[in-house]
Amino acid sequence: MDAPVLAVEALGKSFGPVRAVDDLTFEVQPGRVTGFLGPNGSGKTTTLRMLLGLVRPTDGRALVGGRPYDAHPVPGALVGAALEATGFHPGRTGLGHLTAYAPQVGVDRQRCREVLELVGLGPAGDRKVGGYSLGMRQRLGLATALLADPPALLLDEPANGLDPEGIVWLRGFLRHLAAEGRTVLVSSHVLAEVQHTVDDVVVIAKGRLVHASSLAELAALAGVSTYVETPDPAALSALCAERGWVSAPRDRGTQVDDVDAATVGAAAHAAGLELHQLTTRGADLEDVFLRLTGAAS
Amino acid sequence: MSRTAPTPNRFGVALLAEWRKLTSTALWWVLGLGMAAYLAFMGAVLAFTFAAAPPSPDTPAITGVDAALAVLGTLNAIGYVFPLLVGTLLVTTEVRHRTLTQSLLVEPRRGVLLGAKLVVAASVGLLYGVLGVVGLLATSAPVLELAGDGIFLTDPAVLRVLGLGILVTGLWAVLGAAFGAVVPNQVAAIVAVLAFTQFVEPIARLGLAAVDSLSGVAAFLPGAAADSVVGASLFGEISGGGGDLLPGWAGALVLLAYAAVLTVVGRYTTFARDVA
Repeated sequence: MDAPVLAVEALGKSFGPVRAVDDLTFEVQPGRVTGFLGPNGSGKTTTLRMLLGLVRPTDGRALVGGRPYDAHPVPGALVGAALEATGFHPGRTGLGHLTAYAPQVGVDRQRCREVLELVGLGPAGDRKVGGYSLGMRQRLGLATALLADPPALLLDEPANGLDPEGIVWLRGFLRHLAAEGRTVLVSSHVLAEVQHTVDDVVVIAKGRLVHASSLAELAALAGVSTYVETPDPAALSALCAERGWVSAPRDRGTQVDDVDAATVGAAAHAAGLELHQLTTRGADLEDVFLRLTGAAS
Repeated sequence: MSRTAPTPNRFGVALLAEWRKLTSTALWWVLGLGMAAYLAFMGAVLAFTFAAAPPSPDTPAITGVDAALAVLGTLNAIGYVFPLLVGTLLVTTEVRHRTLTQSLLVEPRRGVLLGAKLVVAASVGLLYGVLGVVGLLATSAPVLELAGDGIFLTDPAVLRVLGLGILVTGLWAVLGAAFGAVVPNQVAAIVAVLAFTQFVEPIARLGLAAVDSLSGVAAFLPGAAADSVVGASLFGEISGGGGDLLPGWAGALVLLAYAAVLTVVGRYTTFARDVA
């Protein structure tokens, strides 16, 4: 699998007075699932469309495998894309839609049937798209992206409209594609939606990059905290003050920031303090995400 | 039209894709059947008119091969709105249903996409021409054979009128596709096509013909140019107010010139814009 790197270099786009994307630089590596995150209206879709040659950048470049998308001989076979707001003719069947686009990515009708089966639309392929649910359209968009079995996939909010089963299936499927060495870029406005799927994250807000790293590094930003319940909160407060820990009441107990459960437990034991609960609270990524994107606005 | 010339294969697959887009919805056969049915109806009406016309001292009766020519020459004058619409819809439907994004993902060279649409428009236009001829003959041939002087299908003049009628129907579809590239809003494009063909041009032809210094201009209107390709038909003369027509070859060139100008405008407006 010779999958291309997707690269955005000092990319900018203005729509009249509106700066939709500004000085954006990041890379998307093969063999990993990269989450492209940002609130609605942060410039994700515009960036994806610039990568795909649909929108012309005002500044900078967007490259697929080192070249502009439209410089590739068969771009549709190199990058499979499912963009939001991409339409289907309601009077065309799912199969008819795929076969119309098949010649230009070099596949036959048999392959169209295969991808319909792959996304779980097999029997619905002969029905008109006008009667499809949002989730079925989402699956047909994914089928279109997969037509040529492309080494790179670019999916815009692919979980929208999918039922919980579909979301679980999509997660596994994207992990599998990345494990095969493909480049996979998935956009979302909700981190939690892709948190269990992505290896890397690129976060933008107001058209500008606010964070790019592995998911693990993003999680590290969240830090750890320990949740404690005790019948003697006053003693716990005194203990925290003595150790110089930041604590605050939370739920029915106390949250101690940036200290792990073992340390808190040992200190309480040494002080003879009775504890009823002692839990490490996982990094709350959504908090970090909101902090990152909120700081930019 | 694209920066580098497309390889024949690249254009070939674009043609196949366009043909599949056209034939995978009901529009093309609905419009095609509509054209055949409408021309069958008009063919019957006209054939009865000529076959059953009582001799009158004021107007000489149209008989013999002239009657056959008068009926079969109406293919363009009566049926041209169908190829014009199918050509327009070939482009505007992609905008309306937002399939343009997917079309440009598989073929980012926009000139190739537009070029393929023009060629497919020409093909389906020629097919509509054949359907129209079938419709016309289906009713007018039996009527003229039984009640009139015959259909004269082997007469070179009759064959010429039919052949040119089919050719002009193909040109109308190309013109429609080019127009769709300039006015991509489907509703606006359909309204404009209907308004222009049904009201604006007929009135303009009559109005221009009434003014001596402008009467030559009317011949350059698309409908008049198309009439001149087929040759002055009875219907053309009625609707054209008897204005002068161009030579046939010049009429074809005028139609092609309209299509070329619209194509260039469409290529550098609609087909140059960001697709968001």
